[in-house]
Amino acid sequence: MFGDYSIGDLGSIFVMQGFAGLILFSVYVLMALGLAIIFGQMGVINMAHGEFMILGAYVTWMTSNFFQAYLPGLFAGYFFLAMILAFIASGALGMLVEWALIRHLYKRPLDTLLATWGLSLILQQAYRSIFGAREVGVELPQWMLGSLHVSDSIEVPINGIFVMALTVLITIAVAYVMYLSRWGRQVRAVVQNRIMAGAVGINTEKVDRYTFALGCGIAGVAGSAFTMIGSTGPTSGQLYIVDTFLVVVFGGAASLLGTIASAFSISQTQSTLEFFLSGSMAKVLTLLAVVGILMLRPQGLFALKVRK
Amino acid sequence: MSDDKKQGLQSAFRRKLLMGMAAIPALTMLPRPSFAEAPATSAINTTGLAVTDTEVTVGILHSATGTMAISETGSIESEKLAIAQINEAGGVLGRKIKIIQEDGASDWPTFAEKAKKLLVNDKVAAIMGCWTSASRKAVLPVVEQYNGMLYYPTFYEGLEQSKNVIYTGQEATQQILAGLNWVAKEKGAKSFFFVGSDYIWPRTSNKIARKHVENVLKGKVVGEEYYPLGNTQFNSVINKIKLTKPDVIFTDVVGGSNVAFYKQLKAAGIDLSKQTLLTISVTEDEIDGIGGENIAGAYACMKYFQSLDNPNNKLFVPAFKKMWGEKTVIGDVTQAAYLGPWLWKLTAEKAGSFDVDKIAAASPGIEFKGAPEGYVRIHENHHLWSKTRVGRAKLDGQFELVFETADLVEPDPFPKGYQ
Amino acid sequence: MTENRFVNRSELIGILLLAAFLVVILPLCLDVFRLNLVAKYLTYAFVALGLVVCWGYCGILSLGQGVFFGLGGYCMAMFLKLEASSVENTKIQSTPGIPDFMDWNQITALPAFWQPFHSLTFTVFAIILVPGLFAFIIGAAMFKRRVGGTYFAIITQAVAAILTILIVGQQGYTGGINGMTDLRTLKGWDIRPDHAKIVLYFFEVGLLFVCIFIAQFIRHSKLGRILVAMREKEDRVRFSGYSVANFKIFAFCVAAMFAAVGGAMFALNVGFMSPSFVGIVPSIEMVIYTAVGGRLSILGAICGTLLVNFAKTSLSESFPELWLFGLGGLFITVVLAFPNGLAGIWTDYVAPRIAGLFTSRKSKSGDGWAEKPVADGAPAE
Repeated sequence: MFGDYSIGDLGSIFVMQGFAGLILFSVYVLMALGLAIIFGQMGVINMAHGEFMILGAYVTWMTSNFFQAYLPGLFAGYFFLAMILAFIASGALGMLVEWALIRHLYKRPLDTLLATWGLSLILQQAYRSIFGAREVGVELPQWMLGSLHVSDSIEVPINGIFVMALTVLITIAVAYVMYLSRWGRQVRAVVQNRIMAGAVGINTEKVDRYTFALGCGIAGVAGSAFTMIGSTGPTSGQLYIVDTFLVVVFGGAASLLGTIASAFSISQTQSTLEFFLSGSMAKVLTLLAVVGILMLRPQGLFALKVRK
Repeated sequence: MSDDKKQGLQSAFRRKLLMGMAAIPALTMLPRPSFAEAPATSAINTTGLAVTDTEVTVGILHSATGTMAISETGSIESEKLAIAQINEAGGVLGRKIKIIQEDGASDWPTFAEKAKKLLVNDKVAAIMGCWTSASRKAVLPVVEQYNGMLYYPTFYEGLEQSKNVIYTGQEATQQILAGLNWVAKEKGAKSFFFVGSDYIWPRTSNKIARKHVENVLKGKVVGEEYYPLGNTQFNSVINKIKLTKPDVIFTDVVGGSNVAFYKQLKAAGIDLSKQTLLTISVTEDEIDGIGGENIAGAYACMKYFQSLDNPNNKLFVPAFKKMWGEKTVIGDVTQAAYLGPWLWKLTAEKAGSFDVDKIAAASPGIEFKGAPEGYVRIHENHHLWSKTRVGRAKLDGQFELVFETADLVEPDPFPKGYQ
Repeated sequence: MTENRFVNRSELIGILLLAAFLVVILPLCLDVFRLNLVAKYLTYAFVALGLVVCWGYCGILSLGQGVFFGLGGYCMAMFLKLEASSVENTKIQSTPGIPDFMDWNQITALPAFWQPFHSLTFTVFAIILVPGLFAFIIGAAMFKRRVGGTYFAIITQAVAAILTILIVGQQGYTGGINGMTDLRTLKGWDIRPDHAKIVLYFFEVGLLFVCIFIAQFIRHSKLGRILVAMREKEDRVRFSGYSVANFKIFAFCVAAMFAAVGGAMFALNVGFMSPSFVGIVPSIEMVIYTAVGGRLSILGAICGTLLVNFAKTSLSESFPELWLFGLGGLFITVVLAFPNGLAGIWTDYVAPRIAGLFTSRKSKSGDGWAEKPVADGAPAE
């Protein structure tokens, strides 16, 4: 299939395709970070993760409408405020859910799956009742549209760069919080030995609540970022959930580095395959490879211990 | 509920009776109590449909919940509008239309189940409904078995024809060929790149488009790609498009994927005012979600745009907005759904009966001069004669009409040479 | 030696009540349309029954039961579709004699893997063995490596996602997202008219009871005790010298086969099969039926399936916009407050009262319906 193209063409396609893979990688990391915290650290299977993301997307949509109506002069910068609001909204909802639902189920991880599935149904219907069944389009400020013109055949989408930068920023922030801050130490202490952590004076309930809220908040930011590349509708969240779980499990649930590595390998495999095969088959083969590897190496890429 | 059950029991009895006497012509056998003051009812309803002296019941069967609710809401709205208008104008054969609405919940077996409920329990005279091909395929055996009448609004892949279905949308050749001819002539297009969602309608449409491009237009298809429904990452296919530099990108991506596709296309620097893109799947409804700024400049090929300038449409659009809100938009399928109740009314009046067999037989040749798209007529094959139009998307989410066929295009669900 | 009996008394009463309900009361009270709906719900009851065996008894939560339901259903549908696609039925096609969706996708000859499905005998074996084998492969790969609990759940979910995309993507061979529609006859016998629906209903109920007895047998045999022991303390069973993995594989395969029988009955009763039963959403819904009814109780799971589906149909008929709220709320309530589902409510609250009404002597209440402790997949570490 390459016979018809010049070396220059191929080179630029190679660059562009690598870039496409990087965007997919950023998307996966953004989706998976929140889940890696909730699932990896707390062992809670949050099937409503996608709905928390969509909440962030809806918050972004509302913010953009508000700016258009009342502060058109500041529209160019609304996105930053929207992301903060998305974080707060999803985080607050997460806190509420933890309080009402999750904290009763820590000893029954599989049941959190069922309960959060019920929650996701309720949230979907709530979005539908409030925002309508139709998808909403989020208008972006002018500077985020379009692309950087590198050469005749290489164009770098600006929102792609934005998503990547955001991913790096959030990853660094999460790594800092989890591994360097005092609070992160408390979280890890609770994960490793809840009783002992309680005994040395850590308020485990509070740690749980804030960890869950943090995970949901990051989901909200991810949702906010996705309005740039995807669609926002009541059921959009469901599309992401399997991919996200696979990324986390494939990486080795308790490891942040693992999540990043697995997001990288999955996204590069998929975007490379997509170039040679049709989109559907690329997806099937990628998922098959992931499941196959997980069968051979159930602990994932990076794991602290073999699990049951 | 208990009434429901009672009715069900009666109908079970009636059906057993029917089975036993299948050989006797239906007309003579049904032991219907005929009320002295309404001989008309027994004359226009000989098969036990839900028709009283003042009312006739019609079913609406779309997804109010689930992923397809996004698309089907518009159809529900316009069907209700049409029925309200018909009732205001005196109803059908002197009877007001009563609606029973069922939710298909974006789930094909549910569609089949609800269709059966509407036909068997509720005895509706007609069903306005279905949207996706899959839901129609699920419902089709049911309406054929229980002899119902389905008015199906969506443009679809063709390869189907049934006594019990009136297709008010366009079939694939009707929709696509005129549009392809237009880009070939107007833009001198020789090479095409196809992108679609992975299911029967895009695949069949692209198959027809490919045959037309290769055999009739003597052009070349340089790529054909399919993505799973709901896919949101199109960067790879966009790179392939950049590599192959087609004259025309021909798309039939559906649903939420559209949003991702056009946003990413724009972000990748493909300027739709320079690159010709012809879509057969984006109506005003979809642009609402995509955002006018992301798709402005693209061409869409279908039979109706909200911006059409004709007297019927000037009445239809305000009426729709008055009923459903100023912000609503009207796409091709929404308009086609509006035709269903009207065509059924006109057919019933021509046939002088609500009986499904008579409606089916009377359908060919029915003309609806009040259609927002202009004039339509039902063909012998139960599809509609209609014009095909090409519109160009504008920033405000509306289309600007750039081309329409001079004559009505004949529907051809089993096109020779395209299979 | 009462524990070695096939069923104990309270279970026997329950089964007889269920039999009376399904065989006598429902057919008398419902018209054919509603009875056919019950038949459709009951196909999910097979899956729920399988989940009782593998999730309730053994603690393996599979979120991919739709895969097996779908495989069974597709095997059946392939046979029926071939029969419906006789040359005279399909003479308008460019290649008569092959299923319509193949013709639409320019396939001109029946693919090799379709050929054996001309035979009903082969089909019946395939319905059981294909999903069984598939479950064996997944189970062997996972359980031998001691993967369980949440990981297993997520991987089965991924398998469901893969199979859905594959079926949808390979539409020339599978009918794609439309599925296989318009199934007509079984060996020349029309499955669509009302009397056929009634016959199929009773046949299905019969099969369901066969499966119930198999599940009962497993439950009361030594095997069942080992399964429960594994759920409670996997390590101790392992240290006692049992091969934990093999028992888990067995339970998973049984669950898969039950689901497959349900799928095949679905294809017969409803007259089509589509990938919308294979994916993640239906798989989780089937787990929910089991959870609502009671994951530890065979009868509970079946009643739960019937109840949730009935609620779904009637709620969505009267309040289409609101039924998701109700359904979501129901799941949360059940999980939070009644982890053993309806059967748990029965054993904990109702049965003791009834027992107290009829007899004053103190008896061990409600043995057999459901054990007390809340079981959840992986044993706590």
